[in-house]
Amino acid sequence: MPEGSEAATLPTLDPSDVVFDLERLSCFYGSFRAVREISLQVPRNRITALIGPSGCGKSTLLRSFNRMNDLVEGAHIEGSVRYHGVDLYADGIDPVEVRRRIGMVFQKPNPFPKSIYDNVAFGPRVAGYRGDMAELVERSLRRAALWDEVKDKLRDPGTALSGGQQQRLCIARAIAVEPDVILMDEPCSALDPIATLKIEELMHELKENYTIVIVTHNMQQAARASDLTAFLTMGEDRAGHLVEMAPTEQLFTRPANALTESYITGRFG
Amino acid sequence: MAVGVQVLPTREAVEARLRSGRADRLGALIQGLLLAALLIALGVLLVLLADVASRALPVFGERSAEFLSAPLSARPARAGIVQGLIGSLALMVFVVVLSLPLGIGAAVYLEEYARDTRATRLIRTNIRNLAGVPAIVYGLLGLALFVTLLGMGRTLVAGGLTLAVLVLPIVVITTSEALRAVPGSIREAAFGVGATRWETIRGHVLPYAAPGILTGTILSLGRAFGETAPLVMVGAVVGTFNGVDLGAMMTGSYTSLPTIVYNWSREPQDAFRALTSATIVVLLLVILLVNATAIFLRNRYDRRW
Repeated sequence: MPEGSEAATLPTLDPSDVVFDLERLSCFYGSFRAVREISLQVPRNRITALIGPSGCGKSTLLRSFNRMNDLVEGAHIEGSVRYHGVDLYADGIDPVEVRRRIGMVFQKPNPFPKSIYDNVAFGPRVAGYRGDMAELVERSLRRAALWDEVKDKLRDPGTALSGGQQQRLCIARAIAVEPDVILMDEPCSALDPIATLKIEELMHELKENYTIVIVTHNMQQAARASDLTAFLTMGEDRAGHLVEMAPTEQLFTRPANALTESYITGRFG
Repeated sequence: MAVGVQVLPTREAVEARLRSGRADRLGALIQGLLLAALLIALGVLLVLLADVASRALPVFGERSAEFLSAPLSARPARAGIVQGLIGSLALMVFVVVLSLPLGIGAAVYLEEYARDTRATRLIRTNIRNLAGVPAIVYGLLGLALFVTLLGMGRTLVAGGLTLAVLVLPIVVITTSEALRAVPGSIREAAFGVGATRWETIRGHVLPYAAPGILTGTILSLGRAFGETAPLVMVGAVVGTFNGVDLGAMMTGSYTSLPTIVYNWSREPQDAFRALTSATIVVLLLVILLVNATAIFLRNRYDRRW
């Protein structure tokens, strides 16, 4: 890839619009390097998709955005992740506060085995929310397009919902703490096409208020639902690296890199 | 069959093939052996229980509840087990109060906080080994540590501490297993909405592991209830007592149900044999009750992920 072609395809962002600014970020599990020297910027109120073949480090990269990998024994990074200009891995940064501002929805819906209400209320409770909890729960469930389906059974266990409903419950739970960013790690991989479509519509509505970064192995989903797409693949060392990042439409119609083109046309991955 | 030539199966050929099942003689033999193993195992237990029950029945028939409320005595017609009941229950209180918080705390630390280093792996292995150490060894430990070194004498406190130490590794292991059964995705979910480690543990991990923890610890209580050997080492006796109330047992001699069984079974008179059997029945009933509670709690709060 000729130097500079990537920069030419990306719109230059106003610094105040940059939510995440990664500089030569490498992620390690012990001595294994899962992600190699990725530099990219994630803009505000957009949906940014991370695509690439299995094992290319998409999820690891995503989990470095809210220090979720801190919980994995032996995980560490090199380089930097700046969030609104603040280095998330600097000394004195509280990972709990980081995760409160940068919420996460996981691959497999993981509601707590508690009531629907308590699932949503847990985050605000630990954050010390003093307002009207019932109102906040309703608002969060409405934003997650789940309210009408569950409003009469808020005391039922969240685990009794269908897979798609569970995932929207997890989204409601994430937005109840009023984060700034929502990270989604293959949120639809366990869902049927109709539930998937609902989540995608929901993402579209949520980007008004949130910055969304989504990992997906489903290229149609990236093409349909995202504004920007970053394509990652892995090299000989099995470490994932960034091939190119561009506005989604451009990446899927006029990819700058031959690797991207063979991936999106289904020749590998 | 020649490659590329497809033979169309006829109905007859298919049926003949499907009906050609050979008699599975080996399978039948193995099934029989397994059944025999079950019957022998159960049979021995049943004979034992029937024997004990038949000896005990006359005692309960003649004395009924009076046997439970009468104090120990050298005269079989008047001897009862009230000190044993009080002693055993008091010992259980020690075990619950000491080993539950300590054991659960240790397990939470090991599973939720400690990094996976060589040292923690060594500790885990050793706790497993401790759970397998014979009870008599704990009795010797209790004798050396609590009775002699700490100067408690052969008191109920020393006995309770010894039993608490005995079940501690079991409590740690069962709690660890219950904690490990809570999926990591639940912890991630809690961390993901900005919970601290303790909020995650208190709000989710511990409540979801509670049925498992309860079951395990109640079963370990049953174990402590039935232990004899360590108590013999640290001073549970059958003999003259200051009185039958708990206060007297805290300061002076004490005993427990298994200790009474052990002592009475060595008495020469036949009447004591019957009393021994009656005490065994009481002991078994209490343990059965404890285990039934554990099973009830497990079924009541069993969780599906």
